[in-house]
Amino acid sequence: MKPMIAIVDYGMGNIRSVEKAFHKIGAEAFITADPAKVRDAAGIVLPGVGAFRDCMANLDGLRLLDTIVAEVRKGKPYLGICLGLQILFSESEGWNTVAYRNRPPICADIPDEAYFYFVHSYYVVPENTGIVAGTTEYGMPFTSMVWKDNVIATQFHPEKSQDIGIRLLKGFEAFVRRGRE
Amino acid sequence: MLAKRIIPCLDVKNGRVVKGVSFENLRDAGDPVENAVFYDQQGADELVFLDITASHEKRKVILDVVQKTAEDVFMPLTVGGGIKSLDDIRDLLNAGCDKVSINTTAVKDPHFISKAAERFGSQCIVVAIDAKRVADNMDDATGELWSSDAAMADVVLSLPVSGQIWAISTHGGRRMKRINAIAWARKMEALGAGEILLTSMDKDGTKDGYDIALTRAVSEAVTIPVIASGGAGTLEHLYEGLTAGKADAALAASIFHYREFTVRESKEYLRARGVPVRL
Repeated sequence: MKPMIAIVDYGMGNIRSVEKAFHKIGAEAFITADPAKVRDAAGIVLPGVGAFRDCMANLDGLRLLDTIVAEVRKGKPYLGICLGLQILFSESEGWNTVAYRNRPPICADIPDEAYFYFVHSYYVVPENTGIVAGTTEYGMPFTSMVWKDNVIATQFHPEKSQDIGIRLLKGFEAFVRRGRE
Repeated sequence: MLAKRIIPCLDVKNGRVVKGVSFENLRDAGDPVENAVFYDQQGADELVFLDITASHEKRKVILDVVQKTAEDVFMPLTVGGGIKSLDDIRDLLNAGCDKVSINTTAVKDPHFISKAAERFGSQCIVVAIDAKRVADNMDDATGELWSSDAAMADVVLSLPVSGQIWAISTHGGRRMKRINAIAWARKMEALGAGEILLTSMDKDGTKDGYDIALTRAVSEAVTIPVIASGGAGTLEHLYEGLTAGKADAALAASIFHYREFTVRESKEYLRARGVPVRL
């Protein structure tokens, strides 16, 4: 049996909260910076705290980026928090709602327009709008959640969004569990 | 729409909450984790721990408090008080807090804020400003001269003053620095602060409302979020701070600790009056 969820540690900020939140719901989750352990895990969580540029550089430096991309391509469940492909500047710190465009199964238990906690001042603008799973209004709507197949990425921090966020992590845990069985 | 935030603040001394929640269901009113859980359940948007530990040797105790709180409470946590170095910030973030609030160290060395923001990101750097109205008769003796740094010349308060002017106060309001509080807020934003925690030292502890003119002036001077603090005694006060004061968040201590209102009641009140809050 594969170890459950690898939380990727790339030497930035507070990723402890993500681990604690998974432990709170009884999930097997562990923090690692070892590509081999990321390969062995049944699911990958990439928490995103700190500056985007440093984050990408650290991932690359630790040889984690290639591993993550390869595993995700193979279909491994992936949850990205606060990270995007293309970044733009916006002021969006605080609690805000997420409206579904295309509700992913891991959010089955979360109502439309629920409040999540946003920390970062960046958001993604996907070229392929088909992957937009949720949007948030701040002056104008921006993409706050993307979903395609095994990949889910949130602009907000589920691990800091109290009960609603915990439900999302539970949904991801169930998704990983199904993939492993 | 981005919600306005309600933030309870807990004073922590030597790892214990002072003036904690007076609530019979709390087994230990001095336990920071129990207090945090209490506010979490009420739907507080964030928590601020203000570390008022005096002795340097006991400073590490706050790390333990943060670590234990972050195990049980999944909401944003800010810690302020006694942060003097980048290592202090790193230790707190590693322990599980999300933001740090910096006051005295910013006054001593404003460039510390840019170093901290560069290293950890602006999103976790809160600058706490203790502001106090300047009396018309402030002179060289009562307003401490501050920095000879040319880069800071634009925030230095020139004497005499006229009209509504606020200066930075230190030592719990007992001393005044010759720094214009509004210009200081702008300077902190320029150096990389992600948020301003603005306390009126004239109003703090009075329970007769935030200093609305001050809050509004700072909110209009910066684009980063401003947390109103000092003086909240009623729900109306929270409303005023978030509307007339234009603050993004309202911080309060005693009205929540002494159970005059719950966080939920305060949010229901605000929502009924048209303020966007998370309920």
